[in-house]
Amino acid sequence: MLDLSFETPKPKVIQGAAQDWELVIGLEVHAQVSSNAKLFSGASTTFGAEPNSNVAFVDAAMPGMLPVINEFCVAQAVRTGLGLNAEINLMSAFDRKNYFYPDLPQGYQISQLYHPIVGEGEILVDMGPGVARRVRIERIHLEQDAGKSIHDMDPHMSFVDLNRTGVALMEIVSRPDIRGPEEAAAYVVKLRQILRYLGTCDGNMQNGSLRADVNVSICEPGAYERYQETQDFSHLGTRCEIKNMNSMRFIQAAIEYEARRQIKIVEGGGKVDQETRLYDPDKGETRSMRSKEEAHDYRYFPCPDLLPLEIEQAWVDDIAASLPELPDEKKARFVTDFGITEYDASVLTAEAENAAFFEEVARGRDGKMAANWVINELFGRLKKEDHDITESPMSAAQLGGILDLIAKGDISGKIAKDLFEIVYTEGGDPAGIVEARGMKQVTDTGAIEAAVDQIIADNPAQVEKAKENPKLAGWFVGQVMKATGGKANPKAVNEIVAKKLSS
Amino acid sequence: MTDLNALTIAEARDLLRKGETTSVALTEACLGAIEGAGVLNAFVHNTPELALEQARAADARLAGGDAPAMCGIPLGIKDLFCTKGVPSQAASAILNGFKPEYESTVTQNLFDAGAVMLGKLNMDEFAMGSSNETSTYGNVVNPWRRGNDETPLTPGGSSGGSASAVAADLCLAATGTDTGGSIRQPAAFVGITGLKPTYGRCSRWGIVAFASSLDQAGPMTKTVRDAAIMLGAMAGHDPMDSTSADLPVPDFEAMLTGDIRGKTIGIPKEYRMDGMPDEIETLWAEGRAMLEDAGAKIVDISLPHTKYALPAYYVIAPAEASSNLARYDGVRYGHRAKLSQGDGITEMYEKTRAEGFGAEVKRRVMIGTYVLSAGFYDAYYNRARRVRALIKRDFDEVFAQGVDAILTPATPSAAFGLGEMTDADPVQMYLNDVFTVTVNLAGLPGIAVPTGLDRQGLPLGLQLIGRPWEEGDLLNTAYALEAAAGFVSKPAKWW
Repeated sequence: MLDLSFETPKPKVIQGAAQDWELVIGLEVHAQVSSNAKLFSGASTTFGAEPNSNVAFVDAAMPGMLPVINEFCVAQAVRTGLGLNAEINLMSAFDRKNYFYPDLPQGYQISQLYHPIVGEGEILVDMGPGVARRVRIERIHLEQDAGKSIHDMDPHMSFVDLNRTGVALMEIVSRPDIRGPEEAAAYVVKLRQILRYLGTCDGNMQNGSLRADVNVSICEPGAYERYQETQDFSHLGTRCEIKNMNSMRFIQAAIEYEARRQIKIVEGGGKVDQETRLYDPDKGETRSMRSKEEAHDYRYFPCPDLLPLEIEQAWVDDIAASLPELPDEKKARFVTDFGITEYDASVLTAEAENAAFFEEVARGRDGKMAANWVINELFGRLKKEDHDITESPMSAAQLGGILDLIAKGDISGKIAKDLFEIVYTEGGDPAGIVEARGMKQVTDTGAIEAAVDQIIADNPAQVEKAKENPKLAGWFVGQVMKATGGKANPKAVNEIVAKKLSS
Repeated sequence: MTDLNALTIAEARDLLRKGETTSVALTEACLGAIEGAGVLNAFVHNTPELALEQARAADARLAGGDAPAMCGIPLGIKDLFCTKGVPSQAASAILNGFKPEYESTVTQNLFDAGAVMLGKLNMDEFAMGSSNETSTYGNVVNPWRRGNDETPLTPGGSSGGSASAVAADLCLAATGTDTGGSIRQPAAFVGITGLKPTYGRCSRWGIVAFASSLDQAGPMTKTVRDAAIMLGAMAGHDPMDSTSADLPVPDFEAMLTGDIRGKTIGIPKEYRMDGMPDEIETLWAEGRAMLEDAGAKIVDISLPHTKYALPAYYVIAPAEASSNLARYDGVRYGHRAKLSQGDGITEMYEKTRAEGFGAEVKRRVMIGTYVLSAGFYDAYYNRARRVRALIKRDFDEVFAQGVDAILTPATPSAAFGLGEMTDADPVQMYLNDVFTVTVNLAGLPGIAVPTGLDRQGLPLGLQLIGRPWEEGDLLNTAYALEAAAGFVSKPAKWW
């Protein structure tokens, strides 16, 4: 496998009143499994359906209804585990997490506390070209999502929508290997990218397909290294869990706030309470979710409705064989195969569809040039209209056609941009358009020479100046380009102007 | 000729096939019997229209010559089974007004075989009880009496309505469910046959859950042959129940040869309890002798962890129940308490559940919540699970030594008077399950067969425990025991 070398980023340091502090962060990401049906029922998972229309009897916890595991969701979890270089547990089991809430019809969530389907793995979190953090994954387990309580439709009543109830989630738990707010956001970005490559979660944070619980603690410089050597958590501070974050920006802001809050407590001689907190984006602060008296005792126990989940190595191997090329590999390959920068490779591989588009453009062409055109022209143009690559009116073949015309010297870079706009807005075959509209570059040196001679004859004063100061040759080039409607080959114009001026 | 409602399934089937009676006639006979037996309080919801409609369809099927054994047979269905469009409340006030939009797999299987549903049968609330005194519909009365003593007796529980209805000939047979003895103990108390199949033999889909790892549906019938016929129709793999076994259902009736020569029957010494009435002791010894006379080899065996079964059961079953019953919260169906000004969701839960659940259910929900709570989980729940594994191992070992079935008493006593245990320590009531819970904990098939009467004239039963998935063999041993015991007594009709 190709790999790019990298350095580990420096941990974020926050200056307290008395001393410096470092952050230790771990994330639990809840990723909705991409699947047509729910984890334990055949009900649809379509987002945005009429309230309570995607609800099977078992989702509504009708008496006597039983869960039946959806094999596809299991395959998706395995796929995710493989994509995170994680151990797949051939034997896993489901447990019930018991608590009362109106949008939890069974009164328990079926989850995997004791025997998760995926064990240890790791991901590389990119912090810029040549800088990355290895973050260990502790486990991934499958569980059911809850429904949605709606409190703002009636002044006296609350409503419950069970459409989301029972939808499969993967809870992806990291080790506390993340060392700053930016790293935490970058971790989510990378995880999201891998899940989207794998097709196991659409990563839509707005719709709640990807949500994160963030565990934050602070420690003195050096303490984290002692933890890493010993894996002894007592070297670390008491953590607080910030629940249900669904934006990269809020994740960073919440961590920043929470770290400073903890520093203030500790420097003031106090003790941080281990608790669950909520981030209020309006006030930009975190606050305690529930007091200790209200702390849940989830009374986990093995779900007696489900047998232990046994899967076969051969099945796992089949899934492994069908895994796509993942972002790290693809990025490294782009750098090697196309000679582009790591930065450009990162941009191009952010989404699998972008990477595929680029590859089609770059295949058999100049990689750097393809990267420039895809990133600067096409992505820039798409962004203007808030489109993504799948909505691009221009195909990779069309963009490739433009690049071929440039490479052959048929059009100049400037004309190419005009052509790009025409193809983008009107469509059509680039070569055909160039031909039909007479956009072909003039490479006939005789014609260029005549134009240059004409300009020189018309501007004797400029010629004198240019002879003293060769930098002014550019003015002549510009005049020639203008006179030829931009179609003159710039390289040829430059050479002829230089020659004529020096003679 | 016997009243039609007093027929066995086998007798009725033969008459139906010969065209000598009709399902409609059988059904009407049963509906009439039910009407006259209100005092037993066995049926809590009658479905005469549905019954007659099913009976007519069965008659048409019989006329067409395509009729499985259960075709046209009128049954009572325990209220724990969800039956489409028919009240299904698990005898609990918390499910007041609940009519499921679905049919349980077991009742659907029976209906597919042509069986007729007469109505829903009383039971202990959520199947929690051994005397049918915890039902929101009130007590069920045992059709048996102590001679001329009119004291109403319990039919046992939790399938008390099923037991009473079958014993009083209100139906030809009934469905029951058994979590710790809820089929076998009431069967023994009313002198009928009750079979708890191997865990996984019958689908649990659509049966209101009590303790999911223990619950199993089974037939309650007038004879062992009927149990074989009815189990065949109830059983089968169900992809909707992950714990349902994907195994073929043999023709159990065909396995009833009555020949048990060469079979090895184990007598476990740990089932000889202190203070056990001598009548039970005698009954057990007689049963042993009957099986020996029938050619079986009798061996004394040991199931050393038996004494831990009852405590383990009363940890595991309430633990699962506390979780299974969390769904009855007043949010989606069933009872919801009237709320006061300012009440929130917590008050809604508390009031709904306080009003909807009876005392025994509350006790078990609290026990279950306690044993699963942080700090107690290992001491109670995990330890109980380990005990359960040891109990299963005890059975595995004796079966590995060549034992084919195990003979034990079914209950520690005959039926007792309703209300007699009301003031007793709940543990006294739980002791009713002492011979039956091991079977649930080990997931084995067990059958109660009536074998005699006590001095007061009340029926007593013995239990046979079989190897997993070998109900056919177990039924055959029970068939031999039934034949040897020759139990034909019926309660004298007083209702």
